[in-house]
Amino acid sequence: MSATDIDAGAALPKAPRDLVPLLLPAALALIALPFIPSSSTWLTLTIAGLAMGMMIFVMASGLTLIFGLMDVLNFGHGAFIAIGAYMATLVLLPLTGWMQADSVWLNLAAVLPAIVLAVGVTGLLGLAFERVVIMPVYGQHLKQILITMGGMIVAEQLLYALFGPQQIPLPLPASLRGSFAIGEAAIEKYRVVCVLVGLAVFLAMLAVLNRTKIGLLIRAGVENTEMVEALGYRITRLFVGVFMAGSALAGLGGVMWGLYREQVNAAMGGELLVLVFIVVIIGGLGSVSGCFIGALLVALATNYVGFLVPKLALITDIALMVAVLLWRPRGLYPVTSR
Amino acid sequence: MSELLTLSRVETHIGRYHILHGVELAVAEGQTTMLLGRNGAGKTTTLRTIMGLWRASSGEIRLGGERIEALPTPAIARAGIGYVPETMAVFSDLTVRENLVLAARDGPIDETRLDWIFGFFPPLKKFWLSRAGTLSGGQKQMLSFARSLIEPRRLLLIDEPTKGLAPAIIGALIDCLREVKRRGATILLVEQNFRVAQTIGDSVAVMDNGRVVHAGPMAELAADAGLQHKLLGLSLDTHQ
Repeated sequence: MSATDIDAGAALPKAPRDLVPLLLPAALALIALPFIPSSSTWLTLTIAGLAMGMMIFVMASGLTLIFGLMDVLNFGHGAFIAIGAYMATLVLLPLTGWMQADSVWLNLAAVLPAIVLAVGVTGLLGLAFERVVIMPVYGQHLKQILITMGGMIVAEQLLYALFGPQQIPLPLPASLRGSFAIGEAAIEKYRVVCVLVGLAVFLAMLAVLNRTKIGLLIRAGVENTEMVEALGYRITRLFVGVFMAGSALAGLGGVMWGLYREQVNAAMGGELLVLVFIVVIIGGLGSVSGCFIGALLVALATNYVGFLVPKLALITDIALMVAVLLWRPRGLYPVTSR
Repeated sequence: MSELLTLSRVETHIGRYHILHGVELAVAEGQTTMLLGRNGAGKTTTLRTIMGLWRASSGEIRLGGERIEALPTPAIARAGIGYVPETMAVFSDLTVRENLVLAARDGPIDETRLDWIFGFFPPLKKFWLSRAGTLSGGQKQMLSFARSLIEPRRLLLIDEPTKGLAPAIIGALIDCLREVKRRGATILLVEQNFRVAQTIGDSVAVMDNGRVVHAGPMAELAADAGLQHKLLGLSLDTHQ
């Protein structure tokens, strides 16, 4: 047995975990239940909320690590969302025939390369963005805001120049169209897929963060980069890796969102960025679990309020953020002291 | 006895503040050198400058004869320096086990060495799977110590380990330091508690206003109340 497997304290009580935030999405769903006229509508809204939440989580999870580990306010994150979606169109539009075929395999043969291209390109662009744009402004928040916002605008205008100002259709593959019927509720297939993909990303991130030394370094670095360096680890390499992974996840989120809306436009990154920042702040800077819960809360609240009081839908996200910060000023699961 | 660490004419600026003014310091191999001085004398800055956490603006820092002042912090750590900061800086979101897994950078934790550390600090065994953020201040200091001891290091830099701790915990830390010293480790230790300093120090350097103003055997300073008063503003007879 290696020493790292020693369970000297295994029989001893572990420190209590803070479970209250974990219960919030379920509590929100239960609170909404009596206000919604039928249980089938509630189920449809809940699944839609979960799917939207998972997509937002995929986009936001990278940003929270970038925020927490590198102390970088990356307002350019939205650009990677849009670029990911546009990269998918490069593959999916020429393969429209495969997308519309009644074969799951042909659909997959089109969608998987699109995802690989989107993730690969956004990951590499993330590398270039970190080296060229971010590196000169580490530790300078005002400059970070200005330069990353500038990067976002440049990326958006480049997308307009390269792909044109019009919205580009991005139809769902045939096998993901339609719905399941559960009682009287209609559950869209694609939303279920989004939930599964979001869960897979979340579990994979938890596994990496909790079961690998790289993950331990990231978690430690989010808290105290200086001490990680004093232990002999080069945090800058970790920065680059996390930035690439965060950008690639934004690209994946962009593909998922583009397919969900069945269209892509250059402004989508900027539009989603506000939501992504709200989720990161609600979750607590640097916390993947907090980000996951925050994304579910925001999406569920938006769906329920949008159905019940449409006029309030626009302020739901901000109101939720204010409520959470009044309760926990550093977010649901604060990791950094910033 | 050869010198493991030497600082020559080291100057450090933090922003527009000039903190170290030509520090001259030698740490003999296998000895415990105490770095004493009033608050604000530059002791913590000296340790942080050695670690590369603040850059020396001029001067030389040599470890085993090799210059290290221009190396990045991770390279300095890998040259064999363990660092216990004043703030302890344990990773509070990680468990005790995970903190030590990270500190053992060259591979899995050596079980024998871990048992040796548990001998000094039993709470670390008890709270092995607890998050470090839930530990008491003394337990965090034990973890911070354990992190620097989990693998052999050529030199340990320890910054005010007894600050604010209960006497029983200070006793455990002193026992641990004595044993580490008996095993031949070289230690540079910042300490405000003169009793503790006298107990474990072989030699001493006293800082004032960013300079080393006195260096010599610990016994010499401990025996000279007048010198203590002059250098530290205290006397062993009156200071506990």
